[in-house]
Amino acid sequence: MSGIALDGQPAAQPRHAPALRRLRFVVWTFSGSVSALFGLALVAAFLLLAALGPWIVPFPEDAAGAIHLAQRLQPPSALHWFGTDEMGDDILSRVVLGTRTSLWVGLTITGIASAIGVPLGIAAGYLGGLPRRVIMRVTDVFLAVPGLVLALAIVSALGAGVMHGVLALSLVWWPGYVRLIEAKALTLRSEPYVEASRTMGAGHTWILLRHILPNCVSPLIVKASMDMGLAILAVASLGFIGLGAKPPAPEWGAMISVARSYMPDWWWYSFFPGLFIFLTVLGFNLFGDGLRDTLDPRSERG
Amino acid sequence: MLRYLAGRLALLGVMLGGLIVITFVVANVAPSDPAALAAGPDATRDMIETVRREYGLDQPLPAQFVRYVGDLLRGDLGRSVQTGNAVADDLRRYFPATMELVLLSMAFSVLLGVPLGMLAAVRRNRPFDHAVRVLAVSGVALPAFWAALLLQLLFAVWLGWLPTSGQLSVSTAPPNPYTGMILLDALVALDWPVFREALRYALLPSLVLALPSIAAIVRVNRAEMIEVMGADYITAARAHGVSPWRVIGWLALKNAMLPTLAMVGLRLGWTLGSSFLVETVFDWPGIGLYAVSSAIASDFKPVMGVTLAIGITFMLSNLVIDLAYGWLDPRTRTA
Repeated sequence: MSGIALDGQPAAQPRHAPALRRLRFVVWTFSGSVSALFGLALVAAFLLLAALGPWIVPFPEDAAGAIHLAQRLQPPSALHWFGTDEMGDDILSRVVLGTRTSLWVGLTITGIASAIGVPLGIAAGYLGGLPRRVIMRVTDVFLAVPGLVLALAIVSALGAGVMHGVLALSLVWWPGYVRLIEAKALTLRSEPYVEASRTMGAGHTWILLRHILPNCVSPLIVKASMDMGLAILAVASLGFIGLGAKPPAPEWGAMISVARSYMPDWWWYSFFPGLFIFLTVLGFNLFGDGLRDTLDPRSERG
Repeated sequence: MLRYLAGRLALLGVMLGGLIVITFVVANVAPSDPAALAAGPDATRDMIETVRREYGLDQPLPAQFVRYVGDLLRGDLGRSVQTGNAVADDLRRYFPATMELVLLSMAFSVLLGVPLGMLAAVRRNRPFDHAVRVLAVSGVALPAFWAALLLQLLFAVWLGWLPTSGQLSVSTAPPNPYTGMILLDALVALDWPVFREALRYALLPSLVLALPSIAAIVRVNRAEMIEVMGADYITAARAHGVSPWRVIGWLALKNAMLPTLAMVGLRLGWTLGSSFLVETVFDWPGIGLYAVSSAIASDFKPVMGVTLAIGITFMLSNLVIDLAYGWLDPRTRTA
């Protein structure tokens, strides 16, 4: 019996063989796509910069808004790769440290949105009937107002600030998750293996935990990775119009908002923060797209 | 078809009611004091209390809601502290400019997105297809306000081909406002110089606004074309010797256009919602710029008015798309 280790326990490899085989398959399909790998590289670079930021940037104190008026608004140079801003702060340092803001902002919004959306989606899709009608109607109403506009309204009620922006965007972000999970749970509910499980006397909790939830994980991961990028973009948009983070906090949108008054002569000031937003959103989009092709190949690409 | 129409209209009513409830909740359940918001940023304590009584904000929430709905039905959206005008009047003034931008950008996205998606499908997995797909992915990830700043820098400042911002030069008299959309009004008045000038001003903002929609339409149209091209009737048409361009450009495209149409409807709302970013960069006098300047000044009523206006426009455009869909494809009427 090659599967039994000497101490009588089943050896790890054969027991986990199906999972390992599946993982190897996912890695294989994912690495077959150039754009997915490019997305992975961008996401990895973003996470690395967020983790190591304070130790690798040349002027970490500039992110908090140090003032060096002698060297304000310098063009890119060997010392300041991205130039300096109106306070004389190193733009490279501020942009790199801005990855941290963007990371937590993206995680918080997608986290709250799925924490609200997934239970509602499961309730609607699995229970059906009246709960489904009520939940989906409310979801539709929320989807009928462009999210950014509703977020703008909520922020203007709460007052400007990055926390309020994140809260507002979380409150308008969940309907997409309800839609996604509801559709999934609705089809899963009548799958033969779920019906079989029910005939054999399985309770709702068992069916939800063993059959419905695990099968919702793949589309959820795909959507969340796409939404990371879009949420970062949305917060930057609020920052740009002056309702998000307040300078000198190193947030990309807010930096561009200030930099706008230094266009066109000091164009690099708004160019580099924008480039970072673009690459981050692009990275999460391509990564999510690649994940969808490997984890959820039957779903529609949109 | 008539029953379908009635059902859709009833749904629209429900959605409108929902929208009104949402805006009411946002305005009243927020932890900030609505009376202080309504009185404006510089109000004294006495003024706030006066406003509270005047607007009935000292009454219980259900009574306030009834009052709110009544005001809305009479077209009263409150008063803007910043402009001093009734919000409804301000909206009437600024809304056409936004609509002009949005419609022009939707025209761009269909005129560019459909042919690009079609050609990418025909040249599948060739360099042209890859180039279009890179373009499509980038279009979604591009921050609209950043793209706007860069294109403004390139075309208006460095090359000097197009004007930097605004809707018309100060010295040009706008045409007689039939619709309020300068392009359309100039067209109606057959005033070509003004039309050309207005188009030059509108080109950059509407193109920036169109970028994500072009990307989305390219993706949908490409995917649909690929699917339709594999259908039996296309193979049959080809076997009968129908010319390739007639097969691709008419027989296949006709069926691929339905999902594309749905995407156009979806993007219209999205474009309306993100117009405030582009309007901010290009100083375009639309409701987006109005909402942003009001929001920054903590002037609350205009922001709610704009939210309602955009929500209603989006719902109506969805209704039109649904009806068009039901008309083109009778199978969808039962859904």
